[in-house]
Amino acid sequence: MRGSTLECAMSTRRRQPPRRAALAAAALIVLLTLWAIAGPAASPYSPNALDWQHLLAAPSLTDGHWLGTDPLGRDLYVRTLYGLRLSLLLGVLATGVSVLIGVLWGMVAGFAGGRVDAWMMRVVDILYSLPYLFIVLILATLFGRDSITLLLLAIGSVGWLTLARVVRARTLSLKRREFIEAARAAGLTPAAIMLRHILPNLAGTVVVYATLMVPQMITSESFLSFLGLGVQPPRASLGSLVSEGAHEMLAAPWMLLVPATVLVVLLLSFNLLGDALRDVLEPTAR
Amino acid sequence: MQRRRAPVKSLRNAYASGKAFLMLGYAARRIAGIVPVLLILITVSFFVVRLAPGGPFDQARPLPPRIRAELEHLYGLNQPLPVQYWQYLEGLAHGDLGPSLQMRDDTVAGLIAQGLPVSLTLGLSALALALLTGVPLGLWAALGRGGVLDRAVTVFAAVSLALPSFVTGPFLALAFGLWLHWLPVAGWQAGEPRYLILPAVTLALPLCASVARLMRGGMLDVLGASFVRTARARGLGRRRVWLRHALRPALVPVVSYLGPAVAYLVTGSLVIETVFELPGTGRYLVQGALNRDYTLVMGMVLLYGTLTLLSNLAADLIHAWLDPRVRDEHA
Repeated sequence: MRGSTLECAMSTRRRQPPRRAALAAAALIVLLTLWAIAGPAASPYSPNALDWQHLLAAPSLTDGHWLGTDPLGRDLYVRTLYGLRLSLLLGVLATGVSVLIGVLWGMVAGFAGGRVDAWMMRVVDILYSLPYLFIVLILATLFGRDSITLLLLAIGSVGWLTLARVVRARTLSLKRREFIEAARAAGLTPAAIMLRHILPNLAGTVVVYATLMVPQMITSESFLSFLGLGVQPPRASLGSLVSEGAHEMLAAPWMLLVPATVLVVLLLSFNLLGDALRDVLEPTAR
Repeated sequence: MQRRRAPVKSLRNAYASGKAFLMLGYAARRIAGIVPVLLILITVSFFVVRLAPGGPFDQARPLPPRIRAELEHLYGLNQPLPVQYWQYLEGLAHGDLGPSLQMRDDTVAGLIAQGLPVSLTLGLSALALALLTGVPLGLWAALGRGGVLDRAVTVFAAVSLALPSFVTGPFLALAFGLWLHWLPVAGWQAGEPRYLILPAVTLALPLCASVARLMRGGMLDVLGASFVRTARARGLGRRRVWLRHALRPALVPVVSYLGPAVAYLVTGSLVIETVFELPGTGRYLVQGALNRDYTLVMGMVLLYGTLTLLSNLAADLIHAWLDPRVRDEHA
């Protein structure tokens, strides 16, 4: 039913708008990233400086606190951008960790086949049957309270399961192709075949899933920080800012609205971009 | 007409009993598969929790060494780890989750018994809400494909999936609790559904979006299938084909999603219970892990792990019932 002409015609006809949305999403991500890097410099305030003259001040153009302040008089514009910075950085790095584990795991399992494959995938199945954030939460609570690196590892070490499955399936089909046979006949070691011939052919798949993984990682980090288990004060991430905002929402709704909006726009952009990339690079995945 | 129907019916009965038999075998194999996974889960988390730096009796003001030693002796923490592990397993075999190391008046089982009704009420109502809204939304979107409603549902799904519940929760509390005064901002009173509405809606929103998406995709796939075209060609009405022929196979993706959905509910409830200050089991997990309350963390891992595994199992069983190929394949 997928291959019917009607379906094809429909899907090509429908392809145009999502692509425009994806371009907009990509532009937004770039914009937000640049803003996170350069934006704080535009404000006279630093993220942890206390301004006793303006406690819980509403957003205003005159006093320099463009997006208001929190109960300690810290500038929300600068803090949100610092939070965005940290959330983006943690999201991307944790995705890196996940991609590394997932690609290696899936590729080795798929390439080795047989009993090794069965055992490796059994591990994935078991981890898969448990709630992902739940494991992250336990790991982060137990190990990651004081160190950002450990927090990063806790978040990144659980998200690789889907990728490992996809990469394994891809490797299984690649492995039967003639160029792999040729490489084997030429006397390449399995490691060399994987690195030089399988890995480059996985690139498209990996890019798609990595893009979809970034928002997931950002959500995990924000989730932990919201519960007070992730990034610790005085550092701020979008999650901890939303949490602070939720406590002050009656007196200072902007404290909730500003970081929440930034977070949602960021997540939505990454999701849109990832979905669009998947439609283009992985047409069979849906 | 009447006479010709009889043999068909008996054939269907024969098929049904064979089906029940296959289903039973399938269910038995799957249930047996859960036990080793649970055992691995218990083992790994037991050692991971104890490997973490710190212990349950670390406080800002250190306890006198003698009292500490007494406490460790009382709870068996001075034994070698393998011995403790064995004792824990023995306790579990007798249905004993042990005492809480922090809240020393309570057993872990007692704490769970206090919180679970609240968490279950929340989770089940969110699940029901998501299914009752998501399935019709997805169906409408698929049947009116390309139309305004379809596009609206697609956008709604994309946005709700990007909204983490720790954002929607405070927003809804702000709008309906603080500004409009329609519903309580937070808190819980047993038997008062008003306190349930905001938490359940917050928890259900992303779930509803996923269900609508899957329902739409499943229905579109099925509507393109040849048996639907055949049914229509035989002159059956549109509505009849949709509801009697297409709906069942189209539900398969939604049903397979039930497993992950419960996993989502479990973690989602942690946030919701924090945002709306509900006295559920979610807070025990965070508290327990922070205080290194070993037995409490283990109890929560066991509870949530079992819940997730069972719901995955239930999803697979319903899947096998909807789609005969699944149970035949594994027979």
